[in-house]
Amino acid sequence: MTDLLLEATGVAKHYGAVAALRDASLSVRPGEVHALMGANGAGKSTLVKVLTGAVSPDAGTILLRGQSRNVHSPAEARRTGMVSVYQEPAIIPDLTVAQNLSLTETPVDAFRSRMIDLGIPNLDLSATARDLPLATLRIIDLARALAIEPAVLLLDEMTAALPADLTARVLEVVAAIRGTDRSVIFISHRMLEVAGLCDRATVLREGRTVGVVDIAAGAEEQIVSLMLGPTASAPRGPAEPTAAAATAGADEPPRLVARSLSAGRNLRDVSFELHAGEVLGLVALEGQGQDELFEILSGQLRPDAGELEVEGRAATFRHPADAIRAGIVLVPGDRSSALLGQRSVSENIGLPGIASPRRWGLINGRAEKRRVAAAIDRLQIDTRAQSEVRRLSGGNQQKVTIARWLESGVRTFLFYDPTRGIDIRTKREIYQLVRDLAAAGAGVLLLSSELDEIQRACDRAVVIFGGRVVDEMPAAAADEPTLLRAAHGLERAAAAPGGAA
Amino acid sequence: MTADATPVRTRSLGTLRSWMRDRPLVPLFILLAALVALLEVVQPGIVGPSFVSNTMRFAVPLAILAACQTMTMLTGGIDLSVAVVASMTSYVMATLVGDVGWLGASLLALIPAALVGLVNGIGVGWFRVHPLIMTISMSLIVSGAVNVYARMNIAGGTRVPPEISWLGGQDLLGFLPNSLLVFIPLAAIVLVGLRRFGYGRLLYAVGDNETAARLAGVRVGNVLVVLYVISAVLAGIAGLIYAGVIGSVTGRLVDPYLLPSVAAAVIGGTSIFGGRGGYAGTIVGALILTVLVTLLTVLQAPEAVRQVLFGAIILAVAAAYTRITEES
Amino acid sequence: MTEAAGTEERGAGRGAAARGLIGRAMRGDAWTVGLVAIFVALFVFTKLLQPAYGLDALAIASLPVAFAAVGQAIVVISGGIDLSMGSVIALTNVTSALLLMNAPELSVPIVLLVLLIGLGIGVVNGVLVVVSRVPDIVVTLAMLFVWAGVALLVLGSPGGGSVPWLRELITGTLGVELLPRALIVLLVVVGVVWIPLRRSRLGLSIYAIGSDQLAAFRSGVNVARTKIVAYGLAGLFASLGGLSLTASTGVGTPIPGPYLLLSVAAIVLGGVSLAGGRGGLLGPIVGIYILGLIRADLGFLRVEPAFSTVIQGVIMVAVVMVGAYLTLRRRTA
Repeated sequence: MTDLLLEATGVAKHYGAVAALRDASLSVRPGEVHALMGANGAGKSTLVKVLTGAVSPDAGTILLRGQSRNVHSPAEARRTGMVSVYQEPAIIPDLTVAQNLSLTETPVDAFRSRMIDLGIPNLDLSATARDLPLATLRIIDLARALAIEPAVLLLDEMTAALPADLTARVLEVVAAIRGTDRSVIFISHRMLEVAGLCDRATVLREGRTVGVVDIAAGAEEQIVSLMLGPTASAPRGPAEPTAAAATAGADEPPRLVARSLSAGRNLRDVSFELHAGEVLGLVALEGQGQDELFEILSGQLRPDAGELEVEGRAATFRHPADAIRAGIVLVPGDRSSALLGQRSVSENIGLPGIASPRRWGLINGRAEKRRVAAAIDRLQIDTRAQSEVRRLSGGNQQKVTIARWLESGVRTFLFYDPTRGIDIRTKREIYQLVRDLAAAGAGVLLLSSELDEIQRACDRAVVIFGGRVVDEMPAAAADEPTLLRAAHGLERAAAAPGGAA
Repeated sequence: MTADATPVRTRSLGTLRSWMRDRPLVPLFILLAALVALLEVVQPGIVGPSFVSNTMRFAVPLAILAACQTMTMLTGGIDLSVAVVASMTSYVMATLVGDVGWLGASLLALIPAALVGLVNGIGVGWFRVHPLIMTISMSLIVSGAVNVYARMNIAGGTRVPPEISWLGGQDLLGFLPNSLLVFIPLAAIVLVGLRRFGYGRLLYAVGDNETAARLAGVRVGNVLVVLYVISAVLAGIAGLIYAGVIGSVTGRLVDPYLLPSVAAAVIGGTSIFGGRGGYAGTIVGALILTVLVTLLTVLQAPEAVRQVLFGAIILAVAAAYTRITEES
Repeated sequence: MTEAAGTEERGAGRGAAARGLIGRAMRGDAWTVGLVAIFVALFVFTKLLQPAYGLDALAIASLPVAFAAVGQAIVVISGGIDLSMGSVIALTNVTSALLLMNAPELSVPIVLLVLLIGLGIGVVNGVLVVVSRVPDIVVTLAMLFVWAGVALLVLGSPGGGSVPWLRELITGTLGVELLPRALIVLLVVVGVVWIPLRRSRLGLSIYAIGSDQLAAFRSGVNVARTKIVAYGLAGLFASLGGLSLTASTGVGTPIPGPYLLLSVAAIVLGGVSLAGGRGGLLGPIVGIYILGLIRADLGFLRVEPAFSTVIQGVIMVAVVMVGAYLTLRRRTA
């Protein structure tokens, strides 16, 4: 008789020739918050799918409270007491919140009290899900899961791309489960959260469980080295200013000048300048207008008011092709809107090259091969699953989205949260890449929802709140607390001790 | 669930599946050969030069129609107006022959086809109307328009010129239909175009992920407008060949070939969701369907049985194909 | 911390309210009301053209295709499509005609049997879609041939018969001109099936799988079973269409009629999204009536039948383009 709530051993799963899981195991005690960690491609998502019945494993046993379980669907998993909350909320867009609740037979009162705990007390249950912001939907998904008090709650990157205030609430609520007879399996790339919240962590690498770590002082380094394996690289400090930024002077007009841009409901009045050779970080809580800003800059949306100047000339974009022609490209953080999933790495990288009607004719095979090989080499893209990009890990996919612009004469890069949901090693490679791009003369606008990235990768930072720029600072001053305050619309704390805040 | 090595039989079946997935034409050729063999069994002696020529004669225009479906299906669309456009083109050609000769009539007849394609393309590409609806509606308009035109033209009459009959109806060397002279270059262009031309790749890209294509600078609307024009012109060419095959025209000549054109593309492995497939399989699919129809005729199956078998076989082949190509 | 959460939520609330208003206008109620207004205007126009024209004539003529539109709407809401409905209508038409001719005294059990047959055919379609994993367009395209062939097997050429009470059920009016029997039968039957279903978990599941199949799966919906139910209902309504053909024409005709385009156009006109997850059944019914009136009007205006087809097609294209454009606007709003 075991005292473990959940015990999975020897789980294996192959997709064709690719082994997603080789020998994964996980054991969770009642009342603990247990982290599941690993680089992208290590098998975390597959293990989650196996545990919740979305996918059936090729091998392995799963015991819940000592009894063998065999679930084939999330509905069955729910009945046995396991509920997952994914990054994509399982909310039906065209139904109202109330209808979504009755679809899953969720008790409304329990749901409401959970929503209050999570910081959204006055939700209109008759609102159609499609009309609510993504962060709210994810909280609803979580509250819905909590309301039925499952034995095991699986949170897959719950805090990724959640604004800081909601993140704090989520962490509080999860922490409150400790000590009850229920447990939480917590998947996150954010080491600080894991360290603060979890009791133990299971680390996966290349489809195997390589270690189980008790969270105590020093656990972070242990976890990181287990995740990275024998070729762990040293962490980097804050970025050095690029040579290009140092020399970029008055002789070149700024790459981008935004003047009082406004659009839609959220973007009110944003102005900033982006110079050649610099990496400008952008920080904002959810829904502060940054989506609209990026859409304007990348040519997807016309501003309601304001002007945009590209390298000294006024610009109006009617289509992303116009922005691209002006040398501005967008690397979306949402890889599903950037990649052709069923096509190969080469086709994805070569896509911009065939966009213009002038290039609709015969493709120069050799030239393309050369270009693609150069890009793959430069970015160290793992092309094992080369024939279909959707089989690559998140980090490699992100590299493919960047690779397609490497040699196209791009002068301004817009990165929208490029490291969301990506493992540490690839994240660092991307920071380095961003700085290299700036060093080569590009202007880079980098929006990040992980505040500690700003100092690592950027020269300056701009904070947007309520659709306006509320603060601007050099990287040296852009530490997390400062950014967080500004992002909430709070004034910067006075530097001198004893000064009034 | 206890751990166990995968049993040998499923493993080898899995390898067979991935082998076939990488060479999708192989199971299709096997199916074609099986049908021909069955035909020979049912009516010994039937398989010979005239059988080959008859089969190809009907399969060629079907394959051209199916090319339209393949290309539109690649983008996640479909063109249900091809049959009506083909009928219209053949009819218009037949009414103009007296005035401008066979070549002039053929070229002129392709103009309304291109216009229909343009309207389809604008509807689908710029107005984002669902292709199923757009092309069905256009087919209704066009068939009504053909009726109107036919009434206006009662005095003039229709005539299939000998050049067209030669093209569609007669053979080279006794067993190769002359329409191959048109078909082979067309098929080559489509095959090469899909794989090696930027435009062909764009069709796959748009079908796979339109948003990603747009963000990469592709003007998706324009790609689709051009696509449906190409589709309609190809349909028109198919109509001209059908006129030659059958020898006379009515306003509804090609209409019955609509659903088989979709079936040929589906059997040939093009996914109706877009982003995967190709023309080679479609050509084999057209052959398979033509042989199937011959088989059913030879079996002297009543119309009812023919329809049931036709539908059942399409479903069976599509299901087998899905099994072979899907991820586990 | 709370101010920020409050700001965000307030923003969400305001935004949601604004979007909700437009959204609600686009879907459901306002749209259907607008359609009914168009219908009333058209009807008045028709009466001016031809005062003797009765709503009951329209109702009877529209009955089969209205059932087809309703069945198709349910499948489309669930995220699929059923290209075989025309064939199933023909099949149930000939079956009922044949059985009623041979055993008119068993008319009530025969009607029930035919309804069951329709339901069963729909279930078969649904099971094939689910089990074969072939896209529904392809499956229902193949089954279009299969069911059409079966219809020919049942009855090689038009024939069979009907019983008087069926015809009486849908002929004429209930007192006032504006209450034709055919319309009442239509509304009652659809209401009896759909109204309890719509708010039930099963009904929500139908919308759910059309709206976002993965989210529905993760929410615990049995996707396979729901799909089969949707197709089963389509088959049921197809058999109602076939029965109404038997009732109005008195014979069975094994050749399927042009129901596909009409039902799809009515659906789009009626505010059902072709992408699934949105819309109701009342809109398509009004849509069918509007299309029927247009056809009648063209006849009264002495437009040549061929031209009439062209005009109907143009109207449908225009409707669909406008509808698609509006959906597009809403998506990016």
